[in-house]
Amino acid sequence: MKKHATAIKKDREWQKFRYKRNRILYLMLLPGTIYLIINNYIPMAGLQLAFKKYDYAQGMWKSPWAGFSNFVYLFKTKDAWLMTRNTICYNAAFIALGTLLAVTVAIMLNELKNRLAKNIYQIFILIPYLISMVVVSYIGYAFLATDAGFLNHVTGGSTNWYGTPGAWPFILVVIYLWKSFGYNSIIYYATVIGIDGSLYEAATIDGATRWQRIKHVTLPGLKGTILTLVLLAIGKIFYSDFGLFYRVPMNSGLLYDATMTIDVYVYRGLTQLNDIGRSSAAGFYQSMLCFAVILTANAIVRKIDRENALF
Amino acid sequence: MVENNKIQQTVFHTVLILLTLCCVLPFLLLFISSFTSEDALIRNGYSFFPQEWSIATYQYLWNNISLIGHGYFMTIVVTVIGTVCSLVLTILFAYPLSRPDLPYRNIVSFFVFFTMLFNGGLVPTYLMYVNTFHIKNTMFGLIVPSLLMNAFYVIMMRTYFTSNIHDSLIEAARLDGAGEGKILVQLVLPLSKPMISTLALMVGLGYWNDWMNGMYYITDSRLYTIQNILNNMLTNIQFLASSSEITGGASIADLPSVGIRMAIAVIAVFPVLCVYPFFQKSLIKGIAIGGVKG
Repeated sequence: MKKHATAIKKDREWQKFRYKRNRILYLMLLPGTIYLIINNYIPMAGLQLAFKKYDYAQGMWKSPWAGFSNFVYLFKTKDAWLMTRNTICYNAAFIALGTLLAVTVAIMLNELKNRLAKNIYQIFILIPYLISMVVVSYIGYAFLATDAGFLNHVTGGSTNWYGTPGAWPFILVVIYLWKSFGYNSIIYYATVIGIDGSLYEAATIDGATRWQRIKHVTLPGLKGTILTLVLLAIGKIFYSDFGLFYRVPMNSGLLYDATMTIDVYVYRGLTQLNDIGRSSAAGFYQSMLCFAVILTANAIVRKIDRENALF
Repeated sequence: MVENNKIQQTVFHTVLILLTLCCVLPFLLLFISSFTSEDALIRNGYSFFPQEWSIATYQYLWNNISLIGHGYFMTIVVTVIGTVCSLVLTILFAYPLSRPDLPYRNIVSFFVFFTMLFNGGLVPTYLMYVNTFHIKNTMFGLIVPSLLMNAFYVIMMRTYFTSNIHDSLIEAARLDGAGEGKILVQLVLPLSKPMISTLALMVGLGYWNDWMNGMYYITDSRLYTIQNILNNMLTNIQFLASSSEITGGASIADLPSVGIRMAIAVIAVFPVLCVYPFFQKSLIKGIAIGGVKG
């Protein structure tokens, strides 16, 4: 009986102790939770602005409802189609070419025998990742400026690159690849290193050539990572790197057809045209499409290969 | 076979050397043009082999130290404060999430993860920060929006805690009577140094390179970081370029000269490139860990 009583007492103390301990843990969660509510969740609620007629005096929450008028207004313009097309097409090109380049580089790094060279290449290809899009714009300007640009200087031409929309799909893809391939290569390379070495040995014993080993060991080993990264990228297919599409082309009006993505449109609407209605409608359109795309993509991957789904 | 191998190695090296050059040469062009005399720049444009070298741009910047000195100071202040706050928030959030016995842990995890799937976008975020929290033209505008904590880093940190700090270690500390705060500070943090330094690097880089918060929320030039100064110079060029088409008058020559603009860009990049060799290992490791699933 006495034993039982002490057990209960102990249990209660334990409960109390646990409660106290957890209280501290929850307290630790508090600052981050507040930040996420402010930075992420309130703006989600603020998406309702897309259905309102924004009134400066009344602010985001009290402005009068306007039904779908912002959307009607948005989709009447050719901009809606243009920015959707640009955003999706650029991202598709980025995903396809970016993955191809990064995987190729990772495999080449892995096949090299010289360790020092491997490290040096890794260090250098990451450099473009370290700088901001503003600095990229300066480098771009050094290459593309009409009078003094390196490109015109070398070719002897006098093309006004900032006024030639036809060139920009190419320029933007090159800049994107330049800035991001090192980062992605390193992710893929890390996965390649993690592949079980005995698989390679077995393949070599079986007389596999280098290409056969790459095809039958390395690429299957990379499949999971490729799927995950592509899935993440597809989830962001309606987003674009604002700096790349706005800053690098110098916000040049002549290039809008080739450079306007949803993010650029939203920013321009918000700060330059003061067209909050259309801007917020475009933002809503982007958020919803993105959410739908990521859920769909994830569901598909889950069906094919559960392990590589995000959730 | 051996012969074949040699050829393959040579091909791989050649390709990688070419890619490496692609990564480095543009910086070299930037760097060299900042050391080219203004005349040579105007006559021959940006070139890897300028006809006339000059340090006039840097002399000019040195004589007008207030032009960029203040921006530099702001960048450093924002980077330091931002990184410290961000680390504190991220660690405090990630640690409880890594404790398997915390009730409602999954709900909290979902609360974080959901922010990766869905967001409100620029317009509501901007209007909220400006109209509700009045952060326009304050330091908060540079530090708080979007950069302070993100789900990706939280998940990365949590994964590190769960897989590297053994549960029995924490249990032992608890039996010794250590409180949760003490366990975190005296036990978990020292064991997580490599991950924390990697995270600090990535967050710090984010703050150093950020120009979008400044563009959205700062109009007061006293609060400009170096990236905002650079960004604004580009906006001015573009404004002049478009208006000179109309007026044919005002010329780009009125702006800081081309060489000086390049020099400021060099100065913005320089510290990052200087520090990089010392941190490349932990940065590369961080990318490798964080890249896949977090």
